[in-house]
Amino acid sequence: MAEIVQEEGHKGKGKRKAKKHGTHIDMTPMVDLACLLLTFFMLTTAFNKPKVMEVIMPEKPKENEKPPELDKDRALNIILVENDKVLWYIGIAEPGKTVLAEADFSKEGIRKVLLQRNKQLFTNITKMNRDLVEGKLKLRPDSVEGRVKRFYKADKFGPIVLIKAADGVKYRNIVDIIDEMAITNIARYSLVDINPVEKMMVQARLVSKPPVTAIK
Amino acid sequence: MSKIKIAVKSPSIDMTPMVDLFFLLLVFFILTATFRPEEAAPIKTPTSTSQKPIPDANLGTIMISKGDKIFFNVDNGTDSSLHIRAKVLAAIGSNYKIKFTPKELKKFEGLASFGLPAANLKAFLNAPDQKTREAMQIGIPIDSIDNQLLMWVRFARTYNTDLAFAVKGDGEATYPIVKKVLAVLQDSGVSKFNLTTDPKTGIAAELPAEFIIK
Repeated sequence: MAEIVQEEGHKGKGKRKAKKHGTHIDMTPMVDLACLLLTFFMLTTAFNKPKVMEVIMPEKPKENEKPPELDKDRALNIILVENDKVLWYIGIAEPGKTVLAEADFSKEGIRKVLLQRNKQLFTNITKMNRDLVEGKLKLRPDSVEGRVKRFYKADKFGPIVLIKAADGVKYRNIVDIIDEMAITNIARYSLVDINPVEKMMVQARLVSKPPVTAIK
Repeated sequence: MSKIKIAVKSPSIDMTPMVDLFFLLLVFFILTATFRPEEAAPIKTPTSTSQKPIPDANLGTIMISKGDKIFFNVDNGTDSSLHIRAKVLAAIGSNYKIKFTPKELKKFEGLASFGLPAANLKAFLNAPDQKTREAMQIGIPIDSIDNQLLMWVRFARTYNTDLAFAVKGDGEATYPIVKKVLAVLQDSGVSKFNLTTDPKTGIAAELPAEFIIK
């Protein structure tokens, strides 16, 4: 491809002339190799790295230590059940009294419920983000996170979300609900075990399927 | 009188710039390449709107496969001369009364994720090829009687104090096993960890109309 050196026969009686062209190296194999390696590395390089979601779980309570008291009206209990469904109620479950409302993972589903209850905090953070984008507010990138954390800490009215899951729930749904917490800027949430009362309620609910009642 | 001879020469192209370019690209790709390690099981992670990239080093990963099997991986940290993986394996060995040879420890350092009971580790490390190794990956025991995952997490944390943890679960894994894994992390004092997800394609987080703040 590059250079095919043809031997030119020297016939005749004339003096042999020394060849004068410079040293030519046949670069074809090198190019072939470089091209091959290049293709290999291009195909094996993974450009989009997976993303991570940070989760902070409460530390295990020590023995003889009472769990922190929970404000009843702020407790929003979310129970994940099979088939991508979400049941929720406010406060503490009382058999026969508490009605489970149903939602899903669409934007009008559990996200709306969370936003309705977390409107103040969500508005504050969204406004701050918008100010940052528009340049009204100038912050170093690393102090943005700190500011959001301060917002979370100062939150006095937003819901405290307790996420519970029934046994048949897929891991996908757990990631989805934690993602919802991030989207709606919920300051306090935790993954907790489902209690027997709720288990009963969920079972009764899934069997009877009463009409969906939205609790406001 | 002599005729003017025209030298018969094949056309030549100067390939130097092309070679230069090729090598430049080649060097770039070699330097940016991060090899996908030999994965113990295919895991299809769920999607999320998170934008935070996964840490490059000092990461322990707990994988939950579709069949609710547990796999574990811990990297060598930022300084490979510390031989963190080998130390962790040696600690596991002394805990379960298995003596690993230096060769086995070295072999383990080069591997990635694994998921098998500690008793089978020796056979796993001496397996002739990848196929035999794959057949042995039956998941790390996580029952309350024999919680080997807890041991791996504890020893990994002992030998690399900067270690962060990521849970990489398949979207179809079920909650009971996820709960067990989270309990392991909680028991070993890891209260902050990461869930590995794929970035969501398309519009990430749509909001109900009344919550779009103008």
